[in-house]
Amino acid sequence: MLKNRIIPCLDVKNGRVVKGINFVELKDAGDPVEQAKIYSDGGADEICFLDITASNENRDTIIDIVRKTAKECFVPLTVGGGVRTIQNITDLLLAGADKVSINTAAVKDVRFVLEASKKFGSQCIVVAIDAKKISDKKWEVFTHGGRNKTGIDAVEFAKQVETNGAGEILLTSMDRDGTKSGYDVELLKVITDSTNIPVIASGGVGTLDHLYDGIIKGGASAVLAASIFHYGEYKIKEAKEYLNSKNVSVRL
Amino acid sequence: MNVTIVDYQSGNISSVINSFTEVAKGKVSLEVTSDIKKIKSSDKIILPGQGSFKSCVDSLNNINGLVETLKDFAITNKKPLLGICVGLQMFADVGYEEAETKGLGWIPGKVSKIDNQNGKFKLPHIGWNEIEIQKESKIFKDIKDKSHMYFVHSYEFIPENKSVISAITNYSSKIVCSIERDNLFGTQFHPEKSGKIGLKIIDNFLKL
Repeated sequence: MLKNRIIPCLDVKNGRVVKGINFVELKDAGDPVEQAKIYSDGGADEICFLDITASNENRDTIIDIVRKTAKECFVPLTVGGGVRTIQNITDLLLAGADKVSINTAAVKDVRFVLEASKKFGSQCIVVAIDAKKISDKKWEVFTHGGRNKTGIDAVEFAKQVETNGAGEILLTSMDRDGTKSGYDVELLKVITDSTNIPVIASGGVGTLDHLYDGIIKGGASAVLAASIFHYGEYKIKEAKEYLNSKNVSVRL
Repeated sequence: MNVTIVDYQSGNISSVINSFTEVAKGKVSLEVTSDIKKIKSSDKIILPGQGSFKSCVDSLNNINGLVETLKDFAITNKKPLLGICVGLQMFADVGYEEAETKGLGWIPGKVSKIDNQNGKFKLPHIGWNEIEIQKESKIFKDIKDKSHMYFVHSYEFIPENKSVISAITNYSSKIVCSIERDNLFGTQFHPEKSGKIGLKIIDNFLKL
């Protein structure tokens, strides 16, 4: 049976791991290579790096980190943040990333997703959708870490990226990100019901029950979390044992 | 011992290179190349594969003499070859991803889309799944039945002769995830991304 994945996400800025509270207040939580190694040894099913300043600073730092991490971690590594061109993807994959996650560039032109998935295969193309609730049962796609609204309906956009060859959707609720109040389960449910590709839940995890909700109530194939893991509140193993005790199938 | 990872410009093989480099460290000389001469003189070959069946077959065919060299190596001379993911799938006669495409034809069978029961199972099949070992396999030495391996695929290899199947995994149906026939090995899952257990499989192959 396919296991539900737990993915720690490391937000990286200037070569250091940080996690923003609603993307503003940043705290330093250590060296990304070392952290990734700890996570993969500790049972993480995948590792995710999000280069949060990639849009306006030079990208060589993240390439270097990916290269070092990939030599030590033998679980899948996804890298996102500032992926705008085919060359960006080539550079990250050559450095050792297994998947890249595309956000703004996919919103700007969904054909970029098609081009990328044709060239590299759907297996390595993740589309990151940042969504914010705008009214009852309506969510809109945002870009630039939640600063720019796009007027695009999140559900429609999710269907579009699937049609254009995305292998997975990384769905972040901008309302919940950094709040520790749990995933937006309603949003997750509507997206997982409307698409046939795996959805990774993101944004808002504060307790282990939130992971359970994302998988069982939201229908997510994988759950991504940042701060609950890197400030040592929970170990990956504890999260998995907890889910297992509630009959959620995980890789122990 | 010289081991070659065949680099035929198809997909991302960095993880394959990294994991084999880690296991081979100080023991085996590892080369990543599409140079026919070097492939011919290798003791073992790894044939990775990412992207579609068609794109991988096309890329192999684009390198003059590569398909014949691989066939001489694995079929005529019966030297150890490990196919990973689409690398395994290409052993088949035919694949149906993108367009009907002729495979290498080393193991009779076809590669078709996983029946996801009308959307009940999401595709691609991504993540960690248990393998059920079907027969003793040299690359599964010290690997426990029901070990978890990392998968990413939407198509499956269906061999005609079931005796080549060394492991299956359950996703919507029983999917062939590993084959062994004499010197020919293939895994649908990615040992290079399957943590320590995956590295053990690589080690088993390098120790053959």
